[in-house]
Amino acid sequence: MLQQIIDRRLSGKNKSIGNRERFLKRYREQIRDAVQRAIGERSIRDIDKGETVTVPRKDLSEPSFRHGSGGVREHVIPGNREYSRGDRIERPKGGAGGKGGGNASPDGEGEDDFAFSLSREEFMHYFFEDLALPNLVRTQLAETPEFKFRRAGFTGDGTPNNIHVLRSMRGALGRRIALGSEHRRKLAELRVMLAEARRRPETPAKDIALFEDEIDRLVRRLRAIPYLDPIDLRYRNRVRVPQPVSKAVMFCVMDVSGSMDEARKDIAKRFFILLYLFLTRHYERTEVVFIRHHTQADEVNEHDFFHATESGGTVVSSALLLMQDIIRARYPSGEWNIYGAQASDGDNWGQDSAKCRELLETSLLPLVRYFAYVQVAEGEQSLWEEYTRVAADNPHFAMRMIAGAADIYPVFRDLFRKEAAT
Amino acid sequence: MSEVVSPPAATTRAAEPLPCPSEWTFELIATYHDAIARTARRFGLDTYANQLEIITAEQMMDAYASVGMPVNYRHWSFGKQFIATERSYRRGQMGLAYEIVINSDPCISYLMEENTLPMQALVIAHAAYGHNSFFKGNYLFRMWTDASSIIDYLVYARTYIAECEEQHGIEAVEQMLDSCHALMDHGVDRYRRPQKLSLAQEKVRRSEREVYLQQQVNDLWRTLPKPTDRKADESRVRFPEEPQENILYFIEKHAPLLEPWQREVVRIVRKVAQYFYPQRQTQIMNEGWATFWHYTLLNSMYDEGLLTDGFMLEFLQSHTNVVTQPPGGRLNPYALGFAMMRDIRRICESPTDEDKEWFPDIAGSDWQKTLDYAMRNFKDESFIGQFLSPELMRRFRLFAVRDDQSQPELEVSAIHDGAGYRQLRESLARQYDINHREPNIQVWSVDTRGDRSLTLRHLQQSGRPLDDDADEVLKHVARLWGFRVVLESVDANGRELKRSEAFPARD
Repeated sequence: MLQQIIDRRLSGKNKSIGNRERFLKRYREQIRDAVQRAIGERSIRDIDKGETVTVPRKDLSEPSFRHGSGGVREHVIPGNREYSRGDRIERPKGGAGGKGGGNASPDGEGEDDFAFSLSREEFMHYFFEDLALPNLVRTQLAETPEFKFRRAGFTGDGTPNNIHVLRSMRGALGRRIALGSEHRRKLAELRVMLAEARRRPETPAKDIALFEDEIDRLVRRLRAIPYLDPIDLRYRNRVRVPQPVSKAVMFCVMDVSGSMDEARKDIAKRFFILLYLFLTRHYERTEVVFIRHHTQADEVNEHDFFHATESGGTVVSSALLLMQDIIRARYPSGEWNIYGAQASDGDNWGQDSAKCRELLETSLLPLVRYFAYVQVAEGEQSLWEEYTRVAADNPHFAMRMIAGAADIYPVFRDLFRKEAAT
Repeated sequence: MSEVVSPPAATTRAAEPLPCPSEWTFELIATYHDAIARTARRFGLDTYANQLEIITAEQMMDAYASVGMPVNYRHWSFGKQFIATERSYRRGQMGLAYEIVINSDPCISYLMEENTLPMQALVIAHAAYGHNSFFKGNYLFRMWTDASSIIDYLVYARTYIAECEEQHGIEAVEQMLDSCHALMDHGVDRYRRPQKLSLAQEKVRRSEREVYLQQQVNDLWRTLPKPTDRKADESRVRFPEEPQENILYFIEKHAPLLEPWQREVVRIVRKVAQYFYPQRQTQIMNEGWATFWHYTLLNSMYDEGLLTDGFMLEFLQSHTNVVTQPPGGRLNPYALGFAMMRDIRRICESPTDEDKEWFPDIAGSDWQKTLDYAMRNFKDESFIGQFLSPELMRRFRLFAVRDDQSQPELEVSAIHDGAGYRQLRESLARQYDINHREPNIQVWSVDTRGDRSLTLRHLQQSGRPLDDDADEVLKHVARLWGFRVVLESVDANGRELKRSEAFPARD
């Protein structure tokens, strides 16, 4: 009656992906919220990881006509130890009459939320969605960089072309020695004893035959040890390692004066993240330097960068000067690809803007590969005007006024276009 | 009556047991399958041909998610199910049940690659011979499902739904499916026998049907009496003439605004619901039967010397896990079903005086014939009503608790004693009666001359109201119907207890 045995293991992997997509699409709002929150909480460097999303269970329910509680019902329950007919039992607390019976009502307990994880790809998808990235750029950023095969020792399995002959033979030799040593030792002893017995004429022929049989047996045993066994085989192991080009440093420069509120900082953060992602795809090592400034500039860690608020005036050139110092001290431009990203609300102390332009044009821009500036507020003040002049003369300087996350990408358009072309 | 029941003649004792490493191979599975098949034949199990499929854990979760079927149309709820299954599997909260078997011809049983060889043998005996013979023999399955065409039909459904998504957008199709799913339990014919599904006919007739159906619908609404006739016809025109229990069928045929493809989607969901209808009514029997047979087959093979002691130890451990009945709480359908099947055999082979009094027809009869008869002609409700013995009620220490919401306390209404046996048995049988378990809701009337509203009537049983979901479901009905929908709850005397209504969302 057996029609057939079918091995399905290799077919139909990921068959439910279509259902998962539909599920994710349905709960898009919740997922976007979770991604939003994650972006706010995560460090720039941890951005491309999965995330756990929680959806309230009641939003997920699939309704159907069912009996609710109330009325008269009877349940048959196993395991009676104490009751006899007519006994009264106190009603169990919570979820009246929910036990036994045919209706598995989801009320009462079990109301915990439905949590599931987004894969890294899915997370990035939602992150990019806000940023309105073109598809080519999305794939560029989402995909892991090129790989190179690198040797990594030896393994016990692999393809025949990777067999390492010397190691395999060495292993075989060791195995043969280990398996045969006991036999060989016995064999040697027996041979000595046989020679001894032969020398003595009084030895019965039977004994000699016995020795010879035993010697024969051992020789056969030794011969039976395979010369080369599959377990001896060793293969050259190769692992895939990401192969980005070299190293880069990214300067995040942000105005933290009182007028930069949380919403503006959030946009700025996405701006930095996008540049960071771009750099990690192209460079083996990407370092990030955070410089915040009001009237003075400080180099700070990421947490302070995004979470501390200062008040007072603004002198942008202080940050640019600090950036220049840091480059000189730690990141010689011959070894490092330097990228600058600056976010501000456009306020600056009046006389300072011209100084900023000069600093950029004469000392910073010659050092950096790319410098992007976003102004997260409306209004063209002196800084904007000066920067506009910089942009006119320098193709690797980009600037933009942005109101929402979707406006960020155009700032980098040139940068990405260049990459896509090469 | 006192004929001696001879066990099926066992072949002579095997010279040596089948090899039993814990790792399975394809050859070993075939070997075990042959031995199990031989034994099953000796016991006279009649099955569809078997197709065993080796799958991974992920594929098993996948099958779970799409209600156990190897193909199904796409829907977010299956994705949700998959995520939930995967999560609890990862956390180790649940081992994947080691078997899924599909009522199809050939009958497909899934063997998970992680299973050890004894587990694979257990699954083959349980699913490929136990469930399989049940699918082929039980009257409900014979009446409601056509094993030879279900896979083809699901392939058709999947393709059709995908085409609809392409033409009308994923969202529109999803809304239809959501609404249909909400009514799935009320989308089955309970009493009438449907035509069997045939893929070829389905396809050929689909387009005809679309045209025809649409025309019929139009006819219904076109031949509405003119307002002048209104008075005269008041009492005569009643639509539908009789209340209809299959709400989805009614919607498919009569909803005024649905487009042809939407009717086809309703039909697909309805057909799938109908296919699962027998399974919902034969859980105890189906699992009991399969468990009884894996137990009987493997033990018989052990007696022949085919199985090693190690095999039996592993098998018995899994078996025991399956049939454990923790005291209190829900009845484990495997435990109850298995115990009842064994009990019937006991009553046949060595009846006590009590059994002779309670089961004069079967006490001392040929157990194989009796069990076969029981498998073929009953569903859970009638099976329990017919075969649950006092002996078993005592062994399970069953008791009935009456929950009357108007009383402050619960009352023990019957226990496993002389006065309680019959009541216990009736009560338990009713518990598995699908008509008792699910609320009785039927299409009551359509206001063909007025606002086209559809009225559903819920006949309350034992004063049990609907739960809060009802309002949500009603919205789905309104979406399908396209006009106002009313749900009235009435008691046995037709007195209205509650009335709610929903309107389709206008967008």
